[in-house]
Amino acid sequence: MNRIVQELREVRLPSRNDAAVIVQGLTRRFGDGPAVLEHLDLAIAPGEFVALLGHSGSGKSTLLRTLAGLDPVIEGSVSRPGEVSVVFQESRLLPWKRVWQNIVLGQAGANGRERAMAVLKEVGLGHRGDAWPLTLSGGEAQRAALARALVREPAFLMLDEPFAALDALTRLKMQRLVSDLWVRHRCSVLLVTHDVDEALLLADRAVVLERGRIRMDLPIPMERPRRHADPRFEHLRTVLLGTLGVHDD
Amino acid sequence: MSGSLVRTTFAGAAKGSARSLWRIRLDVLTRYASPVVLVLLWQAACSAGLLSSRLMASPARIVATGWSLTRDGTLQANLTVSLMRAGCGLAIGVFAGVSLGLVSGLSRVGEDIVDAPMQILRTLPTLALVPLFILWFGIGETPKIALVALGASFPIYLNLYKGIRSIDPKLLEMVRTLGLSRGRTIRDVILPGALPDLLVGLRFAVGISWLMLVVAEQINAESGIGHMMMDAEDFLRTDIILLGLVIYGLLGLVSDQVVRFLEGMLLVWRPSHRVVGAR
Repeated sequence: MNRIVQELREVRLPSRNDAAVIVQGLTRRFGDGPAVLEHLDLAIAPGEFVALLGHSGSGKSTLLRTLAGLDPVIEGSVSRPGEVSVVFQESRLLPWKRVWQNIVLGQAGANGRERAMAVLKEVGLGHRGDAWPLTLSGGEAQRAALARALVREPAFLMLDEPFAALDALTRLKMQRLVSDLWVRHRCSVLLVTHDVDEALLLADRAVVLERGRIRMDLPIPMERPRRHADPRFEHLRTVLLGTLGVHDD
Repeated sequence: MSGSLVRTTFAGAAKGSARSLWRIRLDVLTRYASPVVLVLLWQAACSAGLLSSRLMASPARIVATGWSLTRDGTLQANLTVSLMRAGCGLAIGVFAGVSLGLVSGLSRVGEDIVDAPMQILRTLPTLALVPLFILWFGIGETPKIALVALGASFPIYLNLYKGIRSIDPKLLEMVRTLGLSRGRTIRDVILPGALPDLLVGLRFAVGISWLMLVVAEQINAESGIGHMMMDAEDFLRTDIILLGLVIYGLLGLVSDQVVRFLEGMLLVWRPSHRVVGAR
């Protein structure tokens, strides 16, 4: 399996010159412990949607934090666009600012309110712009967090398990919303998730991380919208789950 | 409980609101019934001669004394002096506490310099400094204001410092990804995030101010509510002493309400706050 993955990545190499995000030889360890990320190479093309899967402790979060600029690059190199946005598992809205003020937080420009309201409308939250964040439901708060990311018109959007804390129905709606927004904005996306189905519904490629290395880099060549009943969906699901150590019987 | 709720819903709005108004009145009545009964018992005991008027003036007598002291202007003059002392002291204390809290909350170096001495000093009972303050500042206004200021600055400092340090690191991380400058982070995240704790500190500080004032005014004062009470002691005027106590009590009550009002105004974003305010 490893060899096949290696070949796949070799094939991809030429396109790296015009990639939006390039990670090369990234190694990260905390103290004297084992490496959390070990000589990691990853390229994301402009407008490409990549899902990052892996068990807890596989290095997903460390990779995302490094790409977000929250953790320093100590060994290896990372290049990414200037305009990036992150959506975390929690909405992380400032409770003392109204929703629209949260959206344009730190943004220069006079017509902040109108811009915020326009993006809020885009994520289906136009009526809650003047609300206080603590009065929003979990799904609404995540929509607002998405709006805050989009208003910055990022070339690279990072989503750190953004739907993990939502109930199943809200999660389905949010996945569709993200899919629509991505089609409209066409930014590169890195989605960190535990959910194999979510990866298969949304991403162009699923990357499985294991102990700081890329265990599998799997293209998902299916047209959208995707359906669970699709036999290719079933097949890729089995492959991904197998890589993650979960076997369908 | 649920039965009555259903019934009011179906009985129509007019009847329901009349019923709830009546219930609110009843609530108020039961809440203030026992203090009122106590005061009535007190008055009855004085009128019947069970309580010596030398040791305990009757409520009616206190009201009469209050009225006569207001008429000749003594009460207003002393109250103004007391309010000035408490106000100046509190203002200085809040300013000092906020300044020190910001210094040690916002910078590591500041924390090293400011926090350790403050933590040591706060364990001292401030009232034990009275003799020293009189030696340093004499017996004028300065030691009284200084005592109030010192007492008020500690709760302000401690709560602001705690508030700044306990801001959710996830929020700080988020604004880092938004590329917020240090100045904007302090203005938009750290200060508003620490405000609830600062207001808790303010509430303590106000309470302590009155406590400090009482002590300061009973030592070598020539005016103020405390002085009025000490003077009354010499002439066995328990009515004036009790009047002073009532005034101190009212001052504490009013200032607490002011801080509550401030909280309601500044912390509108807290949903729990609105529920409390609605009651």
